[in-house]
Amino acid sequence: MSESVSTEKSLLEVNAVAKSYGALQVLTEINFAVPTGQAVGIVGPNGAGKSTLLSVINGTERATAGSVLFDGCDVTDLGPEVRARAGMGRTFQIPRPFTHLTVFENALSGASYGAGLYGKAADEQALHALELSGMLDLANTPAGKLPLLARKRLELARALATRPRLLLLDEIAGGLTEAECDSLVETIAGLHASGITIIWIEHVVKALLAVVDRLVCLASGTLIADGQPDAVMSSTEVRRVYLGSGI
Amino acid sequence: MTTLTAASFRVDRYQKRALMAGGVSAAIFVALAAAPYLLDPAITSSWIKLFYLITLATMWNLLAGYAGMVSVGQQAYIGLGAYGVFVFNDLGFDAYSSALIASIAVGAIALPLSFVAFRLRGGYFAIGTWVIAEAVRQIIIRFDELGAGRGRSISTYTGDPVFRNLFTYWLALGILALALIVTFYLLRSRMGIALQSIRDNEVAARALGINVSRTKRIVFTIAAMGASLAGSVICIQAIGVASPNQIFSVSYSAFMIFMVLIGGIGTIEGPIVGAVIYFVMDFYFSQLGLWYLVVLGLLAILVTLFLPKGIWGAIHERFNISLFPVGHRIVPIADHIPTKVLSNADV
Repeated sequence: MSESVSTEKSLLEVNAVAKSYGALQVLTEINFAVPTGQAVGIVGPNGAGKSTLLSVINGTERATAGSVLFDGCDVTDLGPEVRARAGMGRTFQIPRPFTHLTVFENALSGASYGAGLYGKAADEQALHALELSGMLDLANTPAGKLPLLARKRLELARALATRPRLLLLDEIAGGLTEAECDSLVETIAGLHASGITIIWIEHVVKALLAVVDRLVCLASGTLIADGQPDAVMSSTEVRRVYLGSGI
Repeated sequence: MTTLTAASFRVDRYQKRALMAGGVSAAIFVALAAAPYLLDPAITSSWIKLFYLITLATMWNLLAGYAGMVSVGQQAYIGLGAYGVFVFNDLGFDAYSSALIASIAVGAIALPLSFVAFRLRGGYFAIGTWVIAEAVRQIIIRFDELGAGRGRSISTYTGDPVFRNLFTYWLALGILALALIVTFYLLRSRMGIALQSIRDNEVAARALGINVSRTKRIVFTIAAMGASLAGSVICIQAIGVASPNQIFSVSYSAFMIFMVLIGGIGTIEGPIVGAVIYFVMDFYFSQLGLWYLVVLGLLAILVTLFLPKGIWGAIHERFNISLFPVGHRIVPIADHIPTKVLSNADV
């Protein structure tokens, strides 16, 4: 069944994963493996199934077929909370803040449960995550009062608070100004440099290319390109799904 | 802008205010415990109802306001608590220890029941809990020794009616204190963050590593035990159960929802405020019969229209105070950076 490149160093393996909602097939036969420490970018047109793929990886959605291996363990049947504690951090494209909690308490939630910390250690981890994502100045603000962009940063802060080995980012650069985007890229590049494995869905390709070692293109639920970022961006298949076949 | 680093901050849990809240509450508790010696026993024994109403509201708030489980079937545990008094009383325990033992037994029943109830979500969960309550009532009335459909009274009981009332008063007060302490402690503990996360967004809570069903199960069980204790008090005060239909009545759930929504859901103070309002209205207006229910309904409509977060929710929003602080605040460590860098630091 497993025909993917399963090397011993793969932190994540996605084997023949399919996801459908009733008759609607969102993902068909996705195969890919991510070695420890790699930063992978995922691009693809709207509705290609990118967010669904992320959900199947972190367990928010169950795969209809196929398997997901994390650090050599089959996690296909495990819930997202188990995968989070095993080291998967995930941000949501549409932010899901804990609106009645403060920014700090949002991060503390991830630090306490995802990272499994108690007391002072959890506090420090949460503060550290806020520092990394540049949210310390908003620490006491209720998350419900944050504007959209800050909510996106909060998604990152919360995911970081879980002390992830694999960080799944879902369109966190969209809507940022040039300067904000640059600082975000710097942050993510720093996380990558510190050894965190990253899978990043993004429409802002410039930001993506500044960080990732590898690019994957998803269209209509299948992988149509996978490889060096430059090579993938210039492949005719990718150009076709993005720009139409006329070019 | 100053560059902020994590090392310049520490976390404040409002320790001082929590201690103060604890101290003041303890003083009120002592005063209430001594009240029967100072006031007319007829007055203080009417407070028993207030105590169990606050207990019920607090428990329902924990369930719905913090763990997001809107149950309309808590009367299952109220009834079981009441009937538990008979069961353990018949086994030779006095009525008061029976109440405590019954609550443990009810916890042991609620835990497996949660596996059934948790298969349902949202509105279906609400209806499911009601169905469970009906099923429990149907099972209880099969037992002849529990009075079947007729209700029954406590067989062995303290003879002296004065002491009887006094003990019931203290039991109700003790149970109320226990319910508030458990709630306050739970919300200040590590699990409080999990509960509030689940309330705000279950999907995100799971993605952050929170075991949602286990956390909910714990709360479900605690809320059932609290309802059971309140049910025992109701039974002991009336020296029995008039009818199973009354003790298993869904109107208990309606009143719990009323008290929590009026007072302010998702706050510790709200259910207390709501219960006091309900108690006062019940005390003065219940003889109005049908009109009394109309007034209650009108009040509920007005509060939801104009104070959607309830009375305490509105007070909290306006003045930013909480008597029982459960939050966290980040404060700069002295002479690292000026306080004003932090927005909202001066709560």
